[in-house]
Amino acid sequence: MRVALFVPCYVDQLRPQIGLATLDLLTAAGFEVDFQEEVVCCGQPFLTAGETKRAAALGARFVDAFQNVEAIVTPSGSCAATLRRHLESLVTAPAAASVAAKTFELCEFITKESACPPLSRPFPHRVGLHASCHGLRELGLGTPTETRSATRIDPARELLSRIPELEITSLDRRDECCGFGGTFSVEEAAVSTRMGLDRLEDHGRGGAEIVTSTDVSCLLHLEGLSRRRTLPFEIFHIAEILAASALGHDLRASTEPC
Amino acid sequence: MGHVDRAREFVRDESRTKWHDESLWFVRAKRDEAADTVPDWEALRDEAATIKRDALSRLPDLWRQFETAATEAGAVVHWARDAEEHNQIVLNLLEERGFRRVVKSKSMLTEECGLNPFLEARGIEIIDTDLGERIVQLRNERPSHIVMPAIHLKRSEVGKLFEKEMGAPVGLDDPDALTALARQDLRKRFLAAEAGITGVNFAVAETGSFVVVTNEGNADLGTALPSLHIACVGLEKIIPAPGDLAPFLRLLARSATGQPISAYTSHFRGPREAEDIESPAPAMHIVIVDNGRSDLLAQPSFRDALACIRCGACLNTCPVYRRSGGHSYGTTIPGPIGSVLEPSRDPKAHAELPHACTLCGSCTDVCPVRVPLHHQLLTWRAHLAEGGHHPTRRRVAFGLAGRLFAHPRAYEILTKAGRRVARRLPAAWLDRLTSPWTEARTLPPIPARSFREQMRARERQATRGPR
Repeated sequence: MRVALFVPCYVDQLRPQIGLATLDLLTAAGFEVDFQEEVVCCGQPFLTAGETKRAAALGARFVDAFQNVEAIVTPSGSCAATLRRHLESLVTAPAAASVAAKTFELCEFITKESACPPLSRPFPHRVGLHASCHGLRELGLGTPTETRSATRIDPARELLSRIPELEITSLDRRDECCGFGGTFSVEEAAVSTRMGLDRLEDHGRGGAEIVTSTDVSCLLHLEGLSRRRTLPFEIFHIAEILAASALGHDLRASTEPC
Repeated sequence: MGHVDRAREFVRDESRTKWHDESLWFVRAKRDEAADTVPDWEALRDEAATIKRDALSRLPDLWRQFETAATEAGAVVHWARDAEEHNQIVLNLLEERGFRRVVKSKSMLTEECGLNPFLEARGIEIIDTDLGERIVQLRNERPSHIVMPAIHLKRSEVGKLFEKEMGAPVGLDDPDALTALARQDLRKRFLAAEAGITGVNFAVAETGSFVVVTNEGNADLGTALPSLHIACVGLEKIIPAPGDLAPFLRLLARSATGQPISAYTSHFRGPREAEDIESPAPAMHIVIVDNGRSDLLAQPSFRDALACIRCGACLNTCPVYRRSGGHSYGTTIPGPIGSVLEPSRDPKAHAELPHACTLCGSCTDVCPVRVPLHHQLLTWRAHLAEGGHHPTRRRVAFGLAGRLFAHPRAYEILTKAGRRVARRLPAAWLDRLTSPWTEARTLPPIPARSFREQMRARERQATRGPR
């Protein structure tokens, strides 16, 4: 199966190793992976800023670029959610609906395809899993604590629980928002900060050494706060942890010096 | 000053912010437990949502039916286009009778209409009888929450207030003792009142009756003693038949406070019977208020918000509300539902409220009547941007970024140059350039090569083969 890898701008620029980990995981899982350089952004920041026309223009580029692939995979729950939930209302092209339906968050995709490479190497760490709100509530990856509907599988948790010696730590508030929220993080920096620190404290109470998530934006926010206060957390995207266990990627060698 | 500044001020007091967050989270947790006790919570939400949406689709018919039935039961129905008309109707009813002392149970509608200051300016004493409302009234404040109006205050602050207003002993902060004091004070007001005003939780079209839900019984006492009962009701509060009450009464208290049912669920239908010949004949007047609701009804993107039953669950669950307090919104109704309702009233004044939100979606999932709150907030952002209500800097920044993202080559050249500069700048300079992101966050090391550059390098290596 040929899949297209969509690497959003902030992963491209700030965390290229997450893109590489995703690519390597998909390749190891037996997929032929295309990377489409023409697409930089799914349009999410524009949509949430109310700049619908800009979001629509980027959405149209997305549909153009990906209409002929079998599936589009991205290491970002919120980008996938934007495309899945809003692409059809933004873009009039007939392919919009099918592109929206075949766009997947990484963990969602490899779980759906039962195609994760064996997670064989032990990862002897206590890991706190931050639920991305958009993955949880828009993509339905897991059961939100508010609802009483039938339990839905959280692919990220499911995959992590397969890794030997990895302990998923508990949280008092299992799915509280981290406070990133796109422009919210800068426009409402004070509240955003409070929310993020509260999340980290909750992870600390649960004994997490590493905090991970399916969403890079949440993680950049939490990492920034953790660094500033020199808190004892390491922050990795779930693709990096999966690649460490499945492929022996070295987590800490990821920031290349050159 | 908008939400951003007021919220910043609020979170500056770290321990108070935590206390506020935890108080409300406690209510949210109680709500979760209460939802667990209902075998099919989600089906109940569906049922309530369906009833409300049906009612909203035929408001004129239902209200006419209500008017007929209520009139038959002996009530007098008034129609108010806006807050001003509403206040004037209430004033006329009081002045006709020469009444000057009024007690009022909890009503967000009269808060929205500014009834208290309106009546007070005309020499009428109006006393809020809900304990929380009484506290904020004595402090000259707005409610900070639609169900728990004084949730922003600590017991000790209430003690200080009562010390000044009711002669409480210094340092009193025992909730039972404070409540007892307030009851004694309120009892005098109840006995002296000539009219009682209530809000309405549900108006029933078929019977011309209505339901008022309280935990303190203050609506009952406030309407049982005076001869005049004025009920003020928003246009969205109607449901077709008495049987439709069931899902709402099961959802409301559970969603609001985690109680299986509120302490008092009072049904009113027509004025109560005269007690004796000497006392003035009891009268009931019902004021139906539009005040912008039909405008909202006309907007397909937002009309579902009129299904709101004012339980406050979206406030309790909102991570932003919990950490910025109700007053930071600067509106009658704070929190997610307020940020949906208020921009319709005054888009210019409230253009930034839909941005006081991370779009986490917890409000939508907690809402007992399935108002898609976070999607409505997202839609508001688009409407307000199009309406020219967004700040220029946001529009310019996104305009430039949008063009850049649509041109991958330009994107690559500029970001590469940007990263090169960023890697060479002293950290303090870089922080200043990237503020307010770096106000409380430290930037990660900036990679030398982007993902696409590394991809290309890999591909080149693959074609050349290993050296």
